[in-house]
Amino acid sequence: MTGAPVIRAEGFPPGIENFNYRDWIPALPDHFLTTITFSVFLAVGILICFFLVSYRNPQLVPTKKQWIAESIYGFVRDGIARDIVGPEGIRFAPYFTTLFCFIALTNVFAIVPFIQISPNAHIAFPAVLGILSWLIYNVVGIRKHGLWGYVKMNSVPSGTPIALYPIIIPIEFVSNLILRPITLSVRLFANMFAGHMILLVFILGGVALIEAGGWFMAASPLAFIMAIVMTFFEFFIQLLQAYVFVLLTAVYVQGSLAEEH
Amino acid sequence: MYMAAGDGTGIIIPVWQELVVGIIAFGLLCFVLMKFVFPRMEEMYQKRVDAIEGGLRRAEEAQNEANALLEQYRQQLAEARTEAAGIRDEARAEAIAIKDDILTEARTESDRIIAAGRDSLAASRQQLLTELRGEVGSIAVDLAGRIVGESLADEARRAGTVDRFLAELDEGRSADAAGAR
Repeated sequence: MTGAPVIRAEGFPPGIENFNYRDWIPALPDHFLTTITFSVFLAVGILICFFLVSYRNPQLVPTKKQWIAESIYGFVRDGIARDIVGPEGIRFAPYFTTLFCFIALTNVFAIVPFIQISPNAHIAFPAVLGILSWLIYNVVGIRKHGLWGYVKMNSVPSGTPIALYPIIIPIEFVSNLILRPITLSVRLFANMFAGHMILLVFILGGVALIEAGGWFMAASPLAFIMAIVMTFFEFFIQLLQAYVFVLLTAVYVQGSLAEEH
Repeated sequence: MYMAAGDGTGIIIPVWQELVVGIIAFGLLCFVLMKFVFPRMEEMYQKRVDAIEGGLRRAEEAQNEANALLEQYRQQLAEARTEAAGIRDEARAEAIAIKDDILTEARTESDRIIAAGRDSLAASRQQLLTELRGEVGSIAVDLAGRIVGESLADEARRAGTVDRFLAELDEGRSADAAGAR
């Protein structure tokens, strides 16, 4: 963190104001070009360039770059789409892979120097992804079972006693058809938000300890070491959350494609 | 950094600008990757599967072909061996036959030669006898003429005398030969 010492001291304890980013060009409409939106476009640019370049001239015996691109796709295709959804899930593999790459890269931005914030720490981006997942699994389910059959399938678990219908139906309906995109996006958002907050606590805390002087200064290395440890931990969490998001989307799609359960 | 003071807006309550950015950016990413990259990967997977399975199938075909050829060669070899044995037997039989033929022929030939020799011997003996008979006759006549000292004018009597004499000689020799046996 750069800046005058006074500002450093003001930075601790961190709060939600640490998540608000200034517009780069004030003349543009608000929020369209900030570190957040820039990093989203950067992620899209990096992914498009990487995949197009590495798959520009695919060979039967892959080159190293092609192999990396294929491994990522193969991981999601075989590890998620095929294993969770089944053979007919292969057709969702391209979307799942795109989703996985996008979430993973934007998450990792939280520990990339000079960006150091994940766009997913703003609810808007997880919300878009969550709503997309919601649309996909609902459309797939309605196409397969028809609107009424699909709603019925998701509202009434088979084998429920009729006496319990008044309780079960609203719960199942809300949790299966309304809350899923919210839980998806909030899970991702909260993890990224909390991760950023944890790193801020240790880094700004270390700075604040130095500022405090005296015996407090001696404790500051501990804070910085913790910041490094937490950075590694965050890296793990970032990839895990990308995986979880895609995995849950696949599970929902599988539920929509399944016969009566 | 590029931070602005403010409340939590945009963090827990989505701001529409960021929603728009998210939709556009992610939409673009989906479009490009799902249209230009991942279908080609599936294609490549399929090609690879084809290549591997095709290779296996080709190898199997080659193996089968090699086995069939080997079998065919073995059969041909066995056939050739049988045939060679047959030829050898035939040749042996033929050789024996030829040998017999030659022997028979040689025997016939030798018999014929012997017979011819015998015939010619008999003929020359006969000739000799005839010649000798004439000569002996004339010599005896000469001798007798000289001894008698007179010319025997009577041809008929002279010929009769000679013939009679020779017949006597013949008879005497035949009797000798019969006695010798």
